[in-house]
Amino acid sequence: MNKQSYDLVVVGGGPAGLAAAQEAYDQGVRDILIMERDFELGGILQQCIHNGFGLHFFGEELTGPEYAQRFMEKVAERGIDIKLDTMVLEVTPDKKVYAVNSKEGMLEIDAKAVVMAMGCRERTREAIGIPGSRVAGVFSAGTAQRYINMEGYMPGKKVVILGSGDIGLIMARRMHLEGAEVEAVLELLPFSGGLTRNIVQCLDDFDIPLRLSQTVTRIHGKERLEGVSVAKVDKNLKPIPGSEYYIECDTLLLSVGLIPENELSVAAGIELASVTGGPIVNECRETNINGIFACGNVLHVHDLVDYVTEESKLAGKAAALYLQDKIVKRDKEINIIAGDNIGYIVPHKITEKIEERKRVDLYMRGKRPMENAQILVMDGDKKLFAKKERFVKPAEMISIPLPEKMIEQLEGSTVEVKIVEGGE
Amino acid sequence: MEDKVMITCVSCPMGCDLNVEVIDEEIKKVEGNRCPRGVEYAKAEYFNPTRVLPTTAKVKGGILPLVPVKTAKPIPKGLLEKAMREIAKVELEAPVKLGDIVIKNVLDTGVDVVATRDLAKK
Repeated sequence: MNKQSYDLVVVGGGPAGLAAAQEAYDQGVRDILIMERDFELGGILQQCIHNGFGLHFFGEELTGPEYAQRFMEKVAERGIDIKLDTMVLEVTPDKKVYAVNSKEGMLEIDAKAVVMAMGCRERTREAIGIPGSRVAGVFSAGTAQRYINMEGYMPGKKVVILGSGDIGLIMARRMHLEGAEVEAVLELLPFSGGLTRNIVQCLDDFDIPLRLSQTVTRIHGKERLEGVSVAKVDKNLKPIPGSEYYIECDTLLLSVGLIPENELSVAAGIELASVTGGPIVNECRETNINGIFACGNVLHVHDLVDYVTEESKLAGKAAALYLQDKIVKRDKEINIIAGDNIGYIVPHKITEKIEERKRVDLYMRGKRPMENAQILVMDGDKKLFAKKERFVKPAEMISIPLPEKMIEQLEGSTVEVKIVEGGE
Repeated sequence: MEDKVMITCVSCPMGCDLNVEVIDEEIKKVEGNRCPRGVEYAKAEYFNPTRVLPTTAKVKGGILPLVPVKTAKPIPKGLLEKAMREIAKVELEAPVKLGDIVIKNVLDTGVDVVATRDLAKK
């Protein structure tokens, strides 16, 4: 077997992997390898040709490919090694990385540290169990996006989209502009999971209807999709008998959620959190295995790539500190607890002392839409501070800074964050 | 002439629903906004709504058959579909560089259509 060794191996060359590699380099690591299974770097950003990226990180509005190219250039300038068309098969707990490509064959790479940056996958028809015939014309929204934006295929002419997350909304506009008729965007929940801006600019602009509390109950057709049955759902999201109607269409796009892709993590012995589907990490984005870090959508699904970049820079920096033996453990491990109305918080714990660090940012999602909410940060029963938010939407990640001084002075060993409605 | 429209403000993630009253081409009343930006947004969105148009253009001899492009600045919303047809007529030759002008001054808007990534030759 072809044996190689690197100080740092980054699995995945999307926005997370690129930012982690760049940051590790800037913190002094020189022997870095990025491994990517696609034929080029950039990950999913290359098919996200719409604008709206980078407002937070670069202060200007970029398209996905523009955002990706900035980081690809940074990685190229630094001369970081890259293996494209390379599939990582296994990462072992002692950080041996097994991979294969058609030039070098089987590879065994001995790494001193690893950053897991594999991203996420789309949920499929099978995952949500829509009954009916197995016809052509049913796509995940991201697959259709790649066909239209990169490969030059149009998936169909008459489209229904299930799921009103941002990918579903963006694809409604894209298919409309490319000449398809978009019959409707259906959403199981009583609210859209997408950004308001996308509802306005992707649906309202083109009079595409958004139908809330409705879902596809059956797929019809012989070889190609001919139509779908749609029903209204009740409070428990179950179809209401008698509310069914039929929409004729040749294409159904599913935008029904993303799942962090962690097969490699599980095989490496990394513990996952049940809510996020991603690894349990400390504030350095280090997993339960020393020297293996995780960042980006493999850790939890982000709504903005800008946050992926921030998180990945943390992981890249931490990997550098780990390699330089500069990580000092705290005497007391602090667990972060997602309290009332909070879906999850990343990181899951604070365990390290990092010189010159001023704060640890906690990233979280609300469970349901709320107005005039207060986010309470608790040290056991004691309130540390409260932050007012006029609006909490599950689609929009909230970040709360925890000052280092406050962490130092914690009485207990937990920090709980919860959201309550209304002021005090 | 009187006109009443509903506009969703997208100046920030709150997405206020604005009820806008227009009399004789002048905005008389904006309701539902939680901050002054709503009024400004309503004005711009009522009289001259503009959008950046991101799409793709055909490429000959590249590693991919398409390159992503966008209007370098927002163009009037009413011209989006016309601009799509203009861009569909173009066929570029690889290599393409990010920022290359694909169409100069598309539909006399004063805005160029530009490539949004590098695309190497096959």
